[in-house]
Amino acid sequence: MQIQLGKAQGRLGNWLLVAMAGTALLSLSVIPSPAQAPYKAPKTKDGKPNLNGIWQAMNEANWDIRPHGASQGPVYSLGAAYSVPAGLGVVEGGEIPYKPEAAAKQKQNYTDRLKLDPEIKCYMGGVPRSTYMPYPFQIIQGASNIMIAYEFAGAVRVVNMGAPTKAPADSWMGWSNGKWEGDSLVIDVTSLNDQTWFDRAGNWHSDALHVVERYTPIGPDALQYEATIDDPKVFTRQWKISMPLYRRLEKNAQLLEYKCVEFSEEVLYGHLRKQPLKGDSK
Amino acid sequence: MRRHLLSSTIVLVAGSLAPLSAQAPVTAKPAPAAKAWTMPRTPDGKPDLQGVYSNATTVPVARPAYLGAKEFYTDEADKVASAAAAPGRGGRGAAAAPARAAAAADPEGAGLAVHYDTSQFGLGGPTVKRAASLRTSIITGPEGRVPALTPEAAKAAADRRAFQQEHQWDSAQTRPIAERCITWGFEGPPMMPVGYNSTLQIVQGQGYVGIVQEMIHDTRVIPTDGRAHGPASIRPWMGDSVGHWEGDTLVVETVNFEPRTPFQQNPFSDAAKVTERFTRVDADTVQYQFTVDDAKTWVKPFSGEYNMVHIDGAVYEYACHEGNYGMANNLSGARATEKK
Repeated sequence: MQIQLGKAQGRLGNWLLVAMAGTALLSLSVIPSPAQAPYKAPKTKDGKPNLNGIWQAMNEANWDIRPHGASQGPVYSLGAAYSVPAGLGVVEGGEIPYKPEAAAKQKQNYTDRLKLDPEIKCYMGGVPRSTYMPYPFQIIQGASNIMIAYEFAGAVRVVNMGAPTKAPADSWMGWSNGKWEGDSLVIDVTSLNDQTWFDRAGNWHSDALHVVERYTPIGPDALQYEATIDDPKVFTRQWKISMPLYRRLEKNAQLLEYKCVEFSEEVLYGHLRKQPLKGDSK
Repeated sequence: MRRHLLSSTIVLVAGSLAPLSAQAPVTAKPAPAAKAWTMPRTPDGKPDLQGVYSNATTVPVARPAYLGAKEFYTDEADKVASAAAAPGRGGRGAAAAPARAAAAADPEGAGLAVHYDTSQFGLGGPTVKRAASLRTSIITGPEGRVPALTPEAAKAAADRRAFQQEHQWDSAQTRPIAERCITWGFEGPPMMPVGYNSTLQIVQGQGYVGIVQEMIHDTRVIPTDGRAHGPASIRPWMGDSVGHWEGDTLVVETVNFEPRTPFQQNPFSDAAKVTERFTRVDADTVQYQFTVDDAKTWVKPFSGEYNMVHIDGAVYEYACHEGNYGMANNLSGARATEKK
């Protein structure tokens, strides 16, 4: 596993090298030491790093944020088409520092995932899961507010870039106060409810979850995403996930509508039908 | 944003108190008080529509018949007098005239009939900011109402009602679209005021305008980068919107609606085209105009207009589907009733 993680870091290193080569060509007056110069993001007209765009993770974290091998999917009739691809994991260090009873709950969640996973029910993904669900999301960057619109379930949040404000109540997508730290957009996310998961493997949190996200441009078409996870009710210490996010480069790339309520109704309310549906695939 | 709006407000207030000293810093000539406001712009020079707005209104969608072709009241007193003088009709009869007059006299809309009594949550009329309006209906023009359905659309509506009558409790899929939390039917386009939660936020980024509506966290991501509509085989519930700027007005055209998306109870056809115009008219107000052209559903195109007014605060999350306990409760109630 360590070798594989090393490989991933090597790939990141290559990104940086390519990015730095570009920077060096553009600014000949500056002679950066290749090992230190970070990628400098293009700026918006008001001088902020320009994060506008449609972004998407390209990894297997939504199956399980921890390193995991390939496995049979939960619905046998779907065979290889919907089984679980292996993933290197996005948790720094690979382990989630659960308290013992919390670790047991994760295992139970996994066992009962077809009944419990909020994704199956078309519930908003919460933070950070919405970021790495296998759907794009779009950043619309205004000067005082930044909208992040997610394709899955039409979830959305508006990041307040002014003086921090406090949430009136817990919610699925939480309460986002943002600020710029160099080229990084840093978002403090609080007041998340306890209904969302981290992935399809039942990794979970309580309503004490506090997430600090960092979006840092690492090339013209990539951001590095980091989220520090704090939840003293569930974990013994803070931990961190990290992954690149990639720009959707299709010329006509667009956030499409995925109003998934309809797709979840049978699983949620099918048992309350007057006439049961025949078969399980329609 | 807040600081900017605040300073605009100060300019306006100062202007009304002392017109001669209320020159905007950039203009050389003294401007009349009403002109002290200048269009705020985003860093790329576009009109800045950003902010949180209420589009709540006491103006009805359709003009009351007794007002005929009268599109505007002359003033607030006229509004009250017209309502009091209105002929009675049906069960609400002349006896309702005083109540109507009282409601009309209440610009905050405390007497507005909505299907929830939001005042019990401290969300009633007086707490909801509304743009002042002398319009007699949101739908503009001499008729002031949504035109008649085409014969085909009327038949489809009758068929839907008949089906609904018989099957309304069969399953989640036969419940109304709004009750299923798919769309409330007001999010549009065109975006229509709702009885409660009539709140929306506009954010502008490079090449896009984003609009999140509190009802039911429905979010519109509108490209303004010159792209064409997507393929007609993709039919989103909120349609396929493309925007552009005409002078200082954001014009948004929407086609390719999902054939079940309702406007005022009747779904758009595949021929529907909605055009919206957003124009910021002062520090606090965005004028919203729309035209619906759907020859398969309504016998002629129609237009509407209202103002949305800036409010402080944020748009809160409306997790409609996530909290839809009513769906399971209604269906299990229906199943229990059948067993009796």
